[in-house]
Amino acid sequence: MTDSPPTTKLPAQSPPVDPAETEAAGHATAGSTGGLSWWHGDGGEGAKRNLALIGVLLALFVIGAATRSDLYSNPDWVWANMLSILKLASVVGVVTVGMTFVIIGGGIDLSVGAIVALAGVWCTTVATQNFGAGGMIFTAIIVGVAVGLVNGTLIAYGRLVPFIATLAMLVAARGLAAEISDKQTQISQNGTINGIASTNLLGIPLLVYILAAVVAAGWVLLNRTTFGRRTVAVGGNPEAARLAGINVRLHTLLLYALSGLCCGIAAIMLTAQATSAQAAMANLYELDAIAAVIIGGTLLSGGRGTIVGSLLGVIIFATITNLFAINGLTTEAQNMVKGGIIVAAVLIQQIQFGSLSQFFRRNRLTTS
Amino acid sequence: MTEQDIASGVGASPAPATTGAGEVVLRLTDVVKTFPGVRALDGVQLEVRAGEVHCLLGQNGAGKSTLIKVLAGVHRPDSGHIEWRGNRLAFANPQAAMRAGIATIYQELDLVDDLSVAENAFLGHEPRRLGFIRRGHMASRTRQILGRLGHAEIPPGRMVRALPAAGKQVVSMARALSHEARLIIMDEPSAVLAHDEVENLFRIIRELTAQGIAVIYISHRLEEIREIGDRVTVLKDGRTTAANLPARETPTSDLVSRMTGRTIEYVFPDRAAGTVIGDELLQVDGLTRHGEFADVSLSVRAGEIVGIAGLVGSGRSELLETIYGARAAEAGSVRMAGRALRPGSVGAAVKAGMGMAPEERKSQALLLGEPIYRNVTLATFDRYARFGFTDVGRERAEADRIAESLEMRPRDVRRAVRTLSGGNQQKVVVGRWLLGDTKLLLLDEPTRGVDVGARAELYQVIRQLAAQGVGVLLVSSEVPEVLGLADRVLVMREGRVVRTAPADELDEPTVLDLVMAGSLMEGAAA
Repeated sequence: MTDSPPTTKLPAQSPPVDPAETEAAGHATAGSTGGLSWWHGDGGEGAKRNLALIGVLLALFVIGAATRSDLYSNPDWVWANMLSILKLASVVGVVTVGMTFVIIGGGIDLSVGAIVALAGVWCTTVATQNFGAGGMIFTAIIVGVAVGLVNGTLIAYGRLVPFIATLAMLVAARGLAAEISDKQTQISQNGTINGIASTNLLGIPLLVYILAAVVAAGWVLLNRTTFGRRTVAVGGNPEAARLAGINVRLHTLLLYALSGLCCGIAAIMLTAQATSAQAAMANLYELDAIAAVIIGGTLLSGGRGTIVGSLLGVIIFATITNLFAINGLTTEAQNMVKGGIIVAAVLIQQIQFGSLSQFFRRNRLTTS
Repeated sequence: MTEQDIASGVGASPAPATTGAGEVVLRLTDVVKTFPGVRALDGVQLEVRAGEVHCLLGQNGAGKSTLIKVLAGVHRPDSGHIEWRGNRLAFANPQAAMRAGIATIYQELDLVDDLSVAENAFLGHEPRRLGFIRRGHMASRTRQILGRLGHAEIPPGRMVRALPAAGKQVVSMARALSHEARLIIMDEPSAVLAHDEVENLFRIIRELTAQGIAVIYISHRLEEIREIGDRVTVLKDGRTTAANLPARETPTSDLVSRMTGRTIEYVFPDRAAGTVIGDELLQVDGLTRHGEFADVSLSVRAGEIVGIAGLVGSGRSELLETIYGARAAEAGSVRMAGRALRPGSVGAAVKAGMGMAPEERKSQALLLGEPIYRNVTLATFDRYARFGFTDVGRERAEADRIAESLEMRPRDVRRAVRTLSGGNQQKVVVGRWLLGDTKLLLLDEPTRGVDVGARAELYQVIRQLAAQGVGVLLVSSEVPEVLGLADRVLVMREGRVVRTAPADELDEPTVLDLVMAGSLMEGAAA
């Protein structure tokens, strides 16, 4: 992981804020309390799931406060820590937005980490850096979209199974990244790019704004546009979508391109954080993103899911990483807990919709 | 066996056991089952005896499906009790129901296409020794059961995928018998069958009941109930409105009024006044897909209803899908208003003004978890959108209008389609094409699994569309439906059009004769 470790001390420029409020603010784009007239997007079920995820976040906060009461007694530290969690979540968060679309659309993209690495490496080559920050951003995004288009073409028109096509891309894109970088770490000399990770606006890191913007754009795209509607239709019942005149293949292609676009944006962010890029960067991001989407309540079989849920999933993972770091625990222990969290989150969400016995019964029968 | 007419009131107690039939094996008393927002069962009484065919009658949404699922152990009733062979029980899961001897054959057959006949028959309870499946034993037992069903000709090793619909149904029944079922519930078993196959089904049912097995038979076809049924229980709005009516003697009007609360005539609406058959709209020339249909030419004019009669497997559904561009033609052309359509492109067909209600509502037409309005606007949401942003308010208003005009129940368009009955789901699919400017509507089995009342409403809608100048191409297994609705009829057999004639020049026996002349695999057994 090339992400910066969670910072433990940062000067707080804002007054202390109640953690629950900050977390709710991340959720406010969807506003679970809104009237039905505009709250048709994520739907009632999604809202309930998301409330449960916020509950998990609160629980994690309580655990943190209980285990490190010395740190948590300082509101400035709490605020700064919160920001460092969001910063930590920002890169994977952007990738996860694209992943959410792909999964709701009935696919999966295993190549996201590799695309981030390829885009990062490509935009930090000496030749690209000569074009300045604009050239670097342009390159990263074009590379991301292009790889996404290749994925999408193979899947939509070549009829490859998404799992296979993107698995192959995972291997190939990392290979190409290693080839381009000659397995070296490429230092970014561009102050503007590097500044993306170190700039704060109103006390909040620019990276967090980028995440917020991508999440907001993703939410609007999913819930307010024909693109989003098609995504749900294509993932929910591709045959029905096709017979209703929707161009399922073209839409599938676009979904992977969108995922690639998110990876391109994430590549810039990650490169800025590390002030460098290398072929091994963004390792296993695909797993983090898929896990976040799943605990966010999106169906792996497609057709239903929420952007807000995915965002909360990413933040939960970042919070756990943070929790382990401030308690001085190993990443190994962390990974075990993360695995458990994925299973637990899915179980909790299922049980939410009925009694425990109903849950077990529902899973025993597959006929209806 | 048709001894008495009792208990016609709501909440009446079931009949006392009488002589003339087997003992009572199943008795439901005041069974209630609610789902969020719906009281699906609201006091159901039912009494079934060994060796009888007990028919369950009711409109879509009356609670039949829920009742079946309660008996099959899928749902647990909220209150009331079920007595099965003298014991009170509520099955915890379908396996328990199976073990107790209750087998259910669902409308959409729950077979695994890529397993063999024997593997499907013994799915979940394969004969085993030391953890290994005893394949030989399983095959011979399957053969024996198939023999009992009068279908010894079906090889146990054959993949289920390769069987026709009727054959699959026999496999489902073999599965029930493999469990030593004492009660078999059949949910519209005849819906997927052609005429002669239904006769065969009845023969099997008679053999089963002769062995003392009880059958709960659900069908919308009254004539079938008359032929095969012993007693009838009628459900309406989740309640038993009449129990244990004699199946043969009870007048149709009586049954219909207990189902609907009103008396409806099961007739086709008259052609709306002023329907003018206009210019040629659809022209199909020499359309061919190898192994499905060959050299089909037909035309549909504006305001005209053209019906296609044919058995399952005659190529009629494939033809419709090819015209619609869902399959690419290998030869021949499809023209709309004189302009050739790109083969294999649904988008082009929709743009040219075609709409289709496919044969399999759930798997081909609906997003079951999505609200009604989103299903209604699935083909048109683009038109309401501005700069790519959807206009949900307008979509909902339009869907409301459709729901109103089609008398959809429930009327709330925010409800998930999953919660609707079959007839109302069909209205959603048809309603989808009433938005926008559909010029030609392709309907594949529009009334399958639709109750009498909703059927009449759908016929009315189809007629009205024609009156408005929409061309309709209709495929149906029910010959009276084709003859009653269509202006012109094409009869298909084995992928070819064998006769085209105005509907009033044909009658049911003639069409049946044409349709069945070269019947498939199961034909010989009838």
